[in-house]
Amino acid sequence: MFELRNVSKSYGERQVLAPLDLEIPTGRTLVLIGPSGCGKSTLLRLLLGLLEPDAGTVLFGGQEMSGPQVLELRHKVGYVIQGGGLFPHLTARGNVTLLADYLSRPADEVRQRVEELRQLTHLQPEAIDRYPAQLSGGQQQRVALMRGLMLDPAALLMDEPLGALDPLIRAELQRDLREIFRSLKKTVVFVTHDIGEAAYLADEIVLMRQGRIVQRGTIEDLLHRPADPFVTDFISAQRNPLEDVKGAGVK
Amino acid sequence: MSTHRLLSLLTVVAAFVLAPHAASAQDERPTVRIGSKAFTESVVLGEILSRLAEDAGAGAIHRTLGGTPVVWHALLAGEIDCYVDYTGTIKEEILKGESITTIEQMRAELAERGIRMSQPIGFNNTYALGISRKLAEQHPDLKTVSDLRRYPDLRYGFGNEFMDRSDGWPALSAAYGLPRANASGLDHDLAYRGLEAGSIDVMDVYTTDAEIEYYGIRLLKDDQRFFPEYDAVILYREDLEERAPEVVPSLLRLAGTIDEAQMSQMNARAKLDQVPEPIVAADFVLEQFGIESNIELETRTQRLLRYTLEHLRLVGISVTAAILLAVPLGIVAAKVSWLGQFVLSAVGILQTIPSLALFVILIPLLGVGPLPAIAALFLYSLLPIVRNTYTGLHDISPPLLESAEALGLPSGAKLRLIELPLASRSILAGVKTAAVINIGTATLGGLINAGGYGEPIFSGIRLDRNDLLLEGAVPAALMALAAQGVFELSERWLVPKGLRTSAGQAE
Repeated sequence: MFELRNVSKSYGERQVLAPLDLEIPTGRTLVLIGPSGCGKSTLLRLLLGLLEPDAGTVLFGGQEMSGPQVLELRHKVGYVIQGGGLFPHLTARGNVTLLADYLSRPADEVRQRVEELRQLTHLQPEAIDRYPAQLSGGQQQRVALMRGLMLDPAALLMDEPLGALDPLIRAELQRDLREIFRSLKKTVVFVTHDIGEAAYLADEIVLMRQGRIVQRGTIEDLLHRPADPFVTDFISAQRNPLEDVKGAGVK
Repeated sequence: MSTHRLLSLLTVVAAFVLAPHAASAQDERPTVRIGSKAFTESVVLGEILSRLAEDAGAGAIHRTLGGTPVVWHALLAGEIDCYVDYTGTIKEEILKGESITTIEQMRAELAERGIRMSQPIGFNNTYALGISRKLAEQHPDLKTVSDLRRYPDLRYGFGNEFMDRSDGWPALSAAYGLPRANASGLDHDLAYRGLEAGSIDVMDVYTTDAEIEYYGIRLLKDDQRFFPEYDAVILYREDLEERAPEVVPSLLRLAGTIDEAQMSQMNARAKLDQVPEPIVAADFVLEQFGIESNIELETRTQRLLRYTLEHLRLVGISVTAAILLAVPLGIVAAKVSWLGQFVLSAVGILQTIPSLALFVILIPLLGVGPLPAIAALFLYSLLPIVRNTYTGLHDISPPLLESAEALGLPSGAKLRLIELPLASRSILAGVKTAAVINIGTATLGGLINAGGYGEPIFSGIRLDRNDLLLEGAVPAALMALAAQGVFELSERWLVPKGLRTSAGQAE
C-alpha cells in the first residue's frame, strides 16, 4: 500500500530520518514504535505528504505522495491524531461529514454512513450532535476515528491516538480499535510508544531509534529474536507491575 | 457558513448606510456652494451669502469647514465656490511668501490662482489683545500692548491659529519684545472661558467678537501698529461667473454694507442671545436688501435624526469598506510570512497619523464633506481588523491545522470551512474595535463639514453652548455603547456555537 524508497528528513542540522526503505503491506496493522524523537511521527506525516522528504520518494498505491494529486490521495487515507484534532466550531457530526459535504456526497448516503460508523465506534447516539467541548476525551477520539473512516479510505494513519486518555478508557478503546481493525481489514499504520499497546494491536511492529529502523517483525520476533540489545532494553524498560512484584519476592 | 452570514450582514449594513445618499433630488437651477470657517461671524456671513445667491435664482449649499487652510484649499479644489475671508489673512497666510504691499497686487496674485476678490464688505475684524475686567481693574495703567512688558508674569492663551501664523504671536512677541514662552495654544472660544475663570490673563480677540462687551474685556491699544488690516472680503472662483452669471453681482451687493458695530451686534445675537445664525442672516438681508428668506429650522428631533443617519453613514461605510480590504490583507499577512510584517507595519503607521492632519491631507484629493472623513476613518479601521484577522488565523493550534491539512481540502476551502470560522471571534472583535473607535473619531468630521454628531459638538464650542455640544457628545457616546452591544449580540449569530461552548460540559 505505502512504500518509502530511500527517504530521509532533517530539521535544520538535526537528522530525524536517516535514508530508509519501508514497505507497508495492504490490509494489515503495522505499529511504529520507539522512544520520543525516534522519527516515528515524522514517518507518519511523510506517508500523508504533510511533510516533504529531503530525498527519496513516498508512494501510496503506486502513486507519488507529492504535487497536485496529494489532495485527492489524502481522501483515500484517514488520519487521527492525539486528542482527536476535532474542529471546535463544528458538531461531532459536522466534523465527520465535513469532507463528504465538501465533495457533495448525497445527504442520505452521508447520514446513513454516519450512523453506521457511530455503531462501529460505539459512540452514544446523543453525542453525535454535540460540540467537541461537550464530549469526553474518549468520545472525541471515537469521533476522530469516525472522521478518519468517513470516506471508507484504503488506509488509516493514527498518531498516538490514545496518548491523552486515562488507563480505563484507554483499555476500552484499545479493545474497540482491535475489533474495528480486524473487521475492516484496512491498512493501518499506528504510532505509539507503548509496547503493550503495540503488542495488542499489531500484526507487525517496526521499532525505531534515532531515525533508523532497528527491527521489523511480530512481537514474538522482538521478544525472542531481538536484532539488537536496544530491542530488549526498550521492551523491558516498560515495567509490568505484576512481574515487578513477583521479581521482588524471588530476589 | 458563517462567511456567507458575514457577507449578507455587510450587504445589509451597506444598503442601510448608503440609502440617505441616494435621496438627493435633481434640480435645474445652478448650485452655489458657500464655505465658512468654524466661527460664528464666518457662519453668519456664509448664511448671508447663501441668501444672496438664492435671491439670484440659484440653489445654495452652505458648508462650515475648519480653519483657513481647509476653507482655502476647498475653494482652490472647487469644493466650494466662495467664502468670506480677511485681507490680513490673505496677505499673511494664504499668499505668505509673495511679499504683497498693495491691494492690487493681492488681487493679481489671487487671479493667478483663479480666485477673485470683492470690494471690502465694510468692517475691519483685526486681531487685538484683550485682558479680563478683573485684571484691568487691578492694573489701571495696563492700556497698550507695550505695557505688557512691565508684567512679565502674565499668562497668555491664544487661539491655535494665532499661535502659529506668521503674523500672529511669533511676530507680535518679537515686535513688542514680549516673553514668547509664556503663551499656550487653545481654542479661541475656550480662551474666553479661560480668561473669565482666571486661568489665563491675556488672549487674542477679534475686534468684532461678541464677547468683548459681554465679558467687559479691555482691548490693549496696538501702539506700534503691528496688526494689519483685516477687511472682510468675498473670495470667489472665477468660473462662478460663467456657471451662475446672476449670482456674482448679487453677492457683490454686500460690499460696503456691514460696519464693525453691525457685525459685532450680529455676532452677539448669534452667540450670546443664541439666535440661530440663519435667522440672524435672514434679518440682515431683509433689512438691507428686502430679501424675504424662507428659513426652515429643523426641530431638535429632526436634527438628531439627521446627525444620527449621517454619523451612521460615516462609520458604516468606512468600516464596511475596511472589512472588505482588511480581512483579505489579514489573511495574506498570516499566510505569506514575509508580507505579514510589512502589512502589519504599514497599517500600524496609518494609525499614527493624527486624524485632523489626515483630514486636511485628504481635502485636495477628495474635497470636503463626508468623503474625506470616510476615507480617513476607513484607513484608521484597517489596523484593528487586519491585526485581529492575522492573530485569529495565526493562533489556530498546530494539531487543528494538521488535521485540516490531512483532510485533503484545497487551501481555499480549508480557509473558508475551517480557518476563518475558527478565527471569526477574533476578526469580529477587530471589527468591533474599529467601529467603536470610529464613532468617536467621526465627530472630528464636524471640522470638514462631514455631518454627523461632530456638527453640534463644534457648533456648541463655537457658540459656547453646552446644550448643543451635548446634543452631539451624548448621542455619540450612546452610539458607541450601542455598537458595543450590537456586536456582542451579533457574536451569537456570527461566531459558531461550538466556539462559544465552554469546555468542561462533558458528561
